Amino acid sequence: MISTYHAALLADSGILMLGALSVYIILATGQLSLGNAGFMGIGAYLASYLTVEAGLPLTLALVLSALAAGMVGIVIGFPALRLRGIYLAMATLGFGEMVRSFFLNFEPMGGAGGFSGMVHVSVGYIWLWAGGILVLVTLLERSRLWLEIRATHDDETAASLVGLNTTATKIGAFGFGAAVAAVAGGLFAHHHVYIEPANFGFDRSIELVLAVILGGSTVAPGALVGAVLLVLLPETLRFLADWRLAAFGTLLVLVLLVRRQGILDRGLFRALTFRRQAS
Amino acid sequence: MSGTLLLQQAINGLTLGAVYTLIALSFSLVMGILGILNLAIAELFMIGGYVGFTLIIAGAPLPVALLAGMLAAAALSLVIEKIGYEPLRNAPLITPMLSTLGFSIILQNLATNLWGSDPLQLPGDMLATRIALGEVSIGAMQLLVIGAAIVMVAALAFVIRYTTLGRALRAVAENRDVARLLGVRADRILLIAFLLSGLLAGAAGVLISLHYAAITPYIGVETGLKAIAVMVVGGVTRTWGALLAGPLIGLAEVATVAYGGSQIRDFVVYGLMILILLVRPQGLLGGARSDQGPRV
Repeated sequence: MISTYHAALLADSGILMLGALSVYIILATGQLSLGNAGFMGIGAYLASYLTVEAGLPLTLALVLSALAAGMVGIVIGFPALRLRGIYLAMATLGFGEMVRSFFLNFEPMGGAGGFSGMVHVSVGYIWLWAGGILVLVTLLERSRLWLEIRATHDDETAASLVGLNTTATKIGAFGFGAAVAAVAGGLFAHHHVYIEPANFGFDRSIELVLAVILGGSTVAPGALVGAVLLVLLPETLRFLADWRLAAFGTLLVLVLLVRRQGILDRGLFRALTFRRQAS
Repeated sequence: MSGTLLLQQAINGLTLGAVYTLIALSFSLVMGILGILNLAIAELFMIGGYVGFTLIIAGAPLPVALLAGMLAAAALSLVIEKIGYEPLRNAPLITPMLSTLGFSIILQNLATNLWGSDPLQLPGDMLATRIALGEVSIGAMQLLVIGAAIVMVAALAFVIRYTTLGRALRAVAENRDVARLLGVRADRILLIAFLLSGLLAGAAGVLISLHYAAITPYIGVETGLKAIAVMVVGGVTRTWGALLAGPLIGLAEVATVAYGGSQIRDFVVYGLMILILLVRPQGLLGGARSDQGPRV
């Protein structure tokens, strides 16, 4: 039996990994989203409403919130087609802040005071979702669809010239990413049993991006490495007391300088899984 | 709401807007030239504010405090360029953005440890002079904030438009490789861009802490994000655009607080930003098409 402390760390890593995967899926098409905490917030509030107020079982509530957030993601994906690179990133940043601001004003679910009443879920349940979605994305990475996604990432114009539907790819990625983020949010709400709008602000969005980039943005399990690192690192630096965050920031810069592609890249991943180098 | 109160609110909005303008320009100097969001600017702004604030409490004259805040932020900005940006200049744009995030975490932690996480406040009688204008009054400090912001924007616009340095900055922004071929020392120009950006952020920090007569280590985050919205609304490549957009956002904030409640104001500000990105990505005043940014 693991202690409550370790269980909490494990649960946090699972939730963070799901959030990171949501960024990873969108990033795989060459789009950077700095607003995924917004989708997470939508999932958290909707799932909590469904379990607390409507009395639905958690699994059904999570599926429904994922579908709803996925639709919001698709709606966001359309205007996002007009924007590229850092401009898209800034627009998604604005979206995330708007969602946070919306829940701050949404009195039926507590507004600034937050919302509670959810039933705590076990670590096992969280990892059932986290592991399931990680496997799903890893399988997706071996499909033909992923080749289209990679092509859209590498050169969008060339991809559309050879007849790939880059529009559908990019919008689909936003929808799928948003759905995964919503699951992360719903699990977050039922793990912490209390949510407030500040949980889903810009620093959350950037934490998700950070997990992807630190862990490695070219393979899905990179999100797992990044999430575990981001959860454990602050804990192991606890002995530094007041200077913990400064040490964390320094390590972050150092890792980026030494290994800009992230800890887990395709080469290392292949070596670890004993797969032959593709020609 | 009475007319007088509304006018008073408008003056507050303009003051806030002037500070937004300075930070937005600080962002856009780096963004316009390198295409990266320097997330540490929010904290440079906060550190600049603390340095200026500490000096004023210690009894230093205002110009000295302002200058010290600017220089401190500029020095840190140079360090960030050397360590956080320069080695990563060929990496995808997210990587240098996250390394500046690392610096912002370090700087915020530093400020919390040096000055504590409680707000630092100016003694009440300091800088409280108000100038009456009919029924409304404007604080001498507000006048100073607006005046200083206008002077700095004008100075920056002059440098960028008419000097050799400005031409070099614009050339590097346009195409770094071609600029280097033409004999512009691109590395030095990037350092100068970070330097100018730091000076503006530091000045904004000192000015806003004087405006509020208080400062906390968390002042950078919220104001910094708003400044990104101001930069977008004004147009990333337009110096004067920020001078228009800053007060506009400041006034919009004050107006939504007056009519819709204070909580809704962020919704309005970021909604405006997204609207501008979608319908007029080059910003209110126009300029170069900027929606085709480099890849992430």
